[in-house]
Amino acid sequence: MTAEQPLVLGIETSCDETGVGIVRGETLLVDAVASSVDDHARFGGVVPEVASRAHLEEMVPTIERACREAGVTLGDLDAISVTAGPGLAGSLMVGVASAKALALSLGVPLYGVNHLASHVAVDIVEHGPLPEPTMALLVSGGHSSLLLVPDVTSDIRSLGSTIDDAAGEAFDKVARVLGLPFPGGPYIDRAAREGQVVIDFPRGLTTGRDMERHRFDFSFSGLKTAVSRWVQAREAAGEPVPVNDVAASFQEAVVDVLTRKAVLACREQGAQHLQIGGGVAANSRLRAMAQSRCDDAGIELRVPRPGLCTDNGAMVAALGAQMVLKGRDASRLDLPADSSMPVTQISA
Amino acid sequence: MLILAIDTSTSAITVALHDEARVLAQESHLDPRAHTEWVTPLIASCLSAASVTPGDLTAIAVGNGPGPFTGLRVGIVTGLTMGHALGVPVLGICSLDVLAEQSAALTEGELLVATDARRKEVYWARYAVRPGSVQALTSPAVDRPADLPDEVRALPTAGRGPALYPELFAHALPVLDVDAAMLARVAVERTLAGTPMPVEPLYLRRPDALTTAERAAR
Ligand SMILES: Nc1ncnc2c1ncn2[C@@H]1O[C@H](COP(=O)(O)OP(=O)(O)OP(=O)(O)O)[C@@H](O)[C@H]1O
Ligand SMILES: [Mg+2]
Repeated sequence: MTAEQPLVLGIETSCDETGVGIVRGETLLVDAVASSVDDHARFGGVVPEVASRAHLEEMVPTIERACREAGVTLGDLDAISVTAGPGLAGSLMVGVASAKALALSLGVPLYGVNHLASHVAVDIVEHGPLPEPTMALLVSGGHSSLLLVPDVTSDIRSLGSTIDDAAGEAFDKVARVLGLPFPGGPYIDRAAREGQVVIDFPRGLTTGRDMERHRFDFSFSGLKTAVSRWVQAREAAGEPVPVNDVAASFQEAVVDVLTRKAVLACREQGAQHLQIGGGVAANSRLRAMAQSRCDDAGIELRVPRPGLCTDNGAMVAALGAQMVLKGRDASRLDLPADSSMPVTQISA
Repeated sequence: MLILAIDTSTSAITVALHDEARVLAQESHLDPRAHTEWVTPLIASCLSAASVTPGDLTAIAVGNGPGPFTGLRVGIVTGLTMGHALGVPVLGICSLDVLAEQSAALTEGELLVATDARRKEVYWARYAVRPGSVQALTSPAVDRPADLPDEVRALPTAGRGPALYPELFAHALPVLDVDAAMLARVAVERTLAGTPMPVEPLYLRRPDALTTAERAAR
């Protein structure tokens, strides 16, 4: 093994994307993704069994494509990494089983890693080594968390997370209310650009007692209900719903809370770097507001490109390579898939 | 020929190695909820018991099911990935065929294979046992056991169906789960006979979800 520059293939199947990425040390060689999102759109959400079937079909072709595009053969690999959790159990198991089969066939070590830690680690292949500590705001379809990361391979501390809906979930649910397609985030983002922030929707867990008990937690289900009520009232009055304005106002409320708490966390924890990851990091308003608030606070903002924010194999490979570089223990071949793996557990 | 056989369609996680003349090693573990944990370690221990390396394999055979989906996929994706990594063909065989072969020595004439499909249903198929051959009479199907014709349920029955529904299956055979040693034998026979063996998970059920349009129509 070339210890300084390990060649690592990472597999991600925690939700509806079959992702295979290959990283050499801290350099991304390829990020191949096969998405079953179109299969789910007609169901209005991710259907676990549909996702699992697609993973089985796409697994080997995606591995093949990743190697071809990276110009490497499987025999060149130094290690395999795979998302061991959290995620959909049936989906995770396809990736975990495939990763073990690779590790056994090739005689290389296997690293079962945490999906959320991978979302943080991916920025290493985009913007270089992670400053220690880094503050990470992870906002996706299934998670909204503020994490203090002293070392992405061994020490991640959760400062807070959503107590109900995840941010992406809120985008998807509000999109449904507004009659926009699934997944709703990008559609709301687009609609909001044509609208004005004219409605003052609630900012969950931002005042009084909540800032004591839930200082770095989030809540988006009240916001979603407020949007539904507002839309229903309009419809009941027989008036047209200003979709673009509702989208802009809703988005503003989400982004305001996320960035406000993230910057506060940086200040209080003495973190000079904020990284945003997860699918919602693709949101244009979130990027803009985070940039201006970080600038004001003297914090450096790092956001990987959108393709690396959503689920992908590159992030798993990136974390796997760090595990090798830092000499962390490899996983055993009886590694289970853990659908509720806590974010503080980086590997299994 | 050195074939690794893997089946995860029943409660057993089962793997075996066959060199065309005989079974070199076999390992099974009974746990309907731990296919992911067990299958690769069992393969590793089979390989080392037979003192062979993955690179010595010439083909991989997997049970296509039918069987509970999550476990079934674990065996199939393991086989497909190993086949790709090692550059050897992957062969798929209906797991009910293997149970029928396991029962051939115990009965003559017709037999039924009925396995647990969960949700109060069984995966099933009928077979004819003749000296030296076992032939499928029906394609694998999934049904409530009570919906099978009486004369079918009266046949000698392999699989966990009779254990789960003793009042509905009169004649249980002592063959409960797939044995990869038999899967390997069938793979060798079919390879020698030139029978095509595509890998194809036998789900036999659609994913359990309504489209937005179907939901609206309710
Ligand atoms: N431009 C955008 N604005 C807001 N939300 C977006 C945007 N683009 C994508 N999203 C949201 O991101 C989510 C998908 O992100 P991602 O793929 O990281 O999450 P996931 O796989 O659903 O969940 P998890 O990673 O937590 O298991 C969806 O909810 C989607 O609506
Ligand atoms: Mg994700």
